[in-house]
Amino acid sequence: MTRYKLIRLAVDYGALLLVLVGIISVFSVGSDNFLQRSTFISIANQIPDLTFIAVGMTFVLIIGGIDLSVGSVLALSSAVLGTLMVDHDWSLISAIPLCLLTGSVCGLVSGYVSIGFRIPSFIVTLGMLEMARGATKLVTDSQTKYIGSAVEPIGEPLPGILLSPAFLFAIASVLAAQFLLKRTVFGRYCVAIGTNEEAVSMSGIRTAPYSIAVFAISGLLCGMAGLAQTSRLSSADPNAAVGIELAAIAACVIGGTSLMGGRGNVISSFIGVLIIAVLQTGLAQLGVSDANKQIITGAVIVVAVLLDTLRNRLNTREARLV
Amino acid sequence: MNSRHTTLLEVEGLTKSYGETTVVDDCCLSFHRGEIHALLGANGAGKSTLVRMIAGLVSPTAGRMHLGGQPYSPATKRKAEMAGIEIVQQELNLISTLSVAENLLLTRLPANIGIISRERLHAQARTALNRFGLTNISTRSKVAELGVGQQQMVEITKALAQDCRLLILDEPTAALSPAESESLFSWLRQLKLKGVGIIYISHRLDEISRLADQISILRDGHHVGTFPTHECSTDRMVELMSGGSAYTATATNSSPTRNRTALRVEGISGGPIHDVSFNLYEGEKLGFAGLVGSGRTELLRLIFGADKATKGCVYLNQDMSPCRFKHPSEAVSAGLAMVTEDRKDNGLLLSQSIRANTTITSLWKRFSRCGIIRDAAEIRSAREQCDSLGIRSEHLDQPVRTLSGGNQQKVAIAKWLVHDANVFLFDEPTRGIDVAARRRIYHLLDTLSKRGKGIIMVSSDLDELREVCDRIAIISAGRLVDIFTRDNWSREDMMQTAFAGYLNRSTV
Repeated sequence: MTRYKLIRLAVDYGALLLVLVGIISVFSVGSDNFLQRSTFISIANQIPDLTFIAVGMTFVLIIGGIDLSVGSVLALSSAVLGTLMVDHDWSLISAIPLCLLTGSVCGLVSGYVSIGFRIPSFIVTLGMLEMARGATKLVTDSQTKYIGSAVEPIGEPLPGILLSPAFLFAIASVLAAQFLLKRTVFGRYCVAIGTNEEAVSMSGIRTAPYSIAVFAISGLLCGMAGLAQTSRLSSADPNAAVGIELAAIAACVIGGTSLMGGRGNVISSFIGVLIIAVLQTGLAQLGVSDANKQIITGAVIVVAVLLDTLRNRLNTREARLV
Repeated sequence: MNSRHTTLLEVEGLTKSYGETTVVDDCCLSFHRGEIHALLGANGAGKSTLVRMIAGLVSPTAGRMHLGGQPYSPATKRKAEMAGIEIVQQELNLISTLSVAENLLLTRLPANIGIISRERLHAQARTALNRFGLTNISTRSKVAELGVGQQQMVEITKALAQDCRLLILDEPTAALSPAESESLFSWLRQLKLKGVGIIYISHRLDEISRLADQISILRDGHHVGTFPTHECSTDRMVELMSGGSAYTATATNSSPTRNRTALRVEGISGGPIHDVSFNLYEGEKLGFAGLVGSGRTELLRLIFGADKATKGCVYLNQDMSPCRFKHPSEAVSAGLAMVTEDRKDNGLLLSQSIRANTTITSLWKRFSRCGIIRDAAEIRSAREQCDSLGIRSEHLDQPVRTLSGGNQQKVAIAKWLVHDANVFLFDEPTRGIDVAARRRIYHLLDTLSKRGKGIIMVSSDLDELREVCDRIAIISAGRLVDIFTRDNWSREDMMQTAFAGYLNRSTV
């Protein structure tokens, strides 16, 4: 039993970590500046936004949905924070709850419309993507709200450990989400719903509250990502995080989350985030042009998923008919 | 007559292993032209794997095959088809969004420069269906609109439409009504006269003794023996397949105490169901029989709240107020349980573990504290169920998909035993599972009824219902026509009743 679990762990994370270590080694050889503390600290302080988003996305994908609105919801949460602090002189502490609430409400609305009226989440969140972006522009008057030092402490490295509170919160959210997924009734039911919703329903379980909650959680995490980003940039940018949904989906998929639902792992998604971030930073250090950076990142995503698919095929072949 | 004993396909030492598990072990068999050769065995005995190797779907680990004297080792299904071997598998391989005609002619759509000729398509499909007596299936309807039985017939028609030397049928009648089965049999007999060899897999022993010329029996991957059908009684078949352990009907001790009602259904209507009322007593096993499409599954779904009833009520445990469940969750908390007909579709989470499937209904109630799953309690309970139901598996975290049909069904039942309901609705609980697993389920039904549970069992197999149940209700055209008790049931009467609802209607 324990041997079986060990093998499972190795299979679950081994291949991914290997990819990550491989990429890091390539950059270490290619650039003298890469393997330095400053590089990793800079990566650590950049990734909280994508980490929060990827954690929420993992849950959404697991229940068989998709959330395309995350970038706009992030921007809207950020805009709410910026406007309150700049135009209405709210303090950071009092503005944060409203920022997070904004994200949650957006997620809740997407979830309710999608689940309650049985409309594919792809469509609903595509609509939310447009609406939240529009609302962002409305709230900010399409102006970047410069907040300045009042919001910076969250994104700034703490003395001593050199990691920002945002990064620590992001790590905490990964661990909490992994616990939620693997050890709680809620997580179990999310996986079950993504596997076969009708079977769950016929087992006497109402699936709608779980699915809606997942979208709300994704929204809440967008709010947290909005906060992290605002503090990193010292301002709320109405055009922030365009396209982050694709990076988040890529991170989840690299981590082995199935787009068909029923399979996923938060820690693997986080490793996916790391792979993307290391790739971006490393390529930038090597002086690779933006065009080539995009091509390489795209290729790495496809190769990572290809490896995962092959691994799964191998697994099912071995497991069949035991 | 001479052709009857020409060997068509010879299989020598055919073996298939997955890792350390050997599914088919050193099988030597020969199949002849113009002969119906039945393969019998419990689920997991290796029948399906054996024929899948013959059909090029699975490659053997060891062994040789000769087709018409030539060495034969098909790498793909396509190669096997080119050599004249067709297979109809248990699972349907139809594209549900395409029409019947498009499915039938999928690999050779009649077209002019790439544009499909609709007239020729439908004309050819019509001919194929008519040859098989399926005049009632429109070539234009989408496959998804057909019932499971009709889909199965389309699938078989598709295979028969190609000329072949050897036809393999894996459980073709599992979803067919008796009439549909009969027309299939007469077709098979015609093919046989034309010199086609047929390999036929089925759990229905009576069917095999009427149809087959030769019977080969597999047990645990081994070929136990091949016998001419007339030398092998159905009792002997069971004995060879399972190695004994017969289930003796417990008619004597199963007279339920008729004083306490477990479930009362009053005038329930909805969908195809009209105004159905009945009583189920505690400790009683009530069977529901009827033709395919008569609404038996739909009735269970209405009671269980999976579909919405437009009229009528359900009473549980006498003292309870009338209910009309809007969602299965309400039915479950009132003490109902339903084992669904199609375990792959809505009964099980195939890619999830045995453990997760067993405990899914009771996670909040029994296996968690503050929403956190109590692993130890969960594992203990799942293991208990595996032991008591005899679920054969390597470990509890194994995905259910990797189990045999019978073991999957036991898992589907186990989740309700863990939940401990008062009234159990079983929809075709023994469909597609082997004799040994079937006996186990009958025993389970006995145990449950002795504990005072009310049991409703839907089955297409009337003999099964007569063996297991205390009373049998007949559903015909969505109405409950009559309820028979042990002292007055005869096959003929019940069959007549089952047809009764359709006599005065031209619509069905």
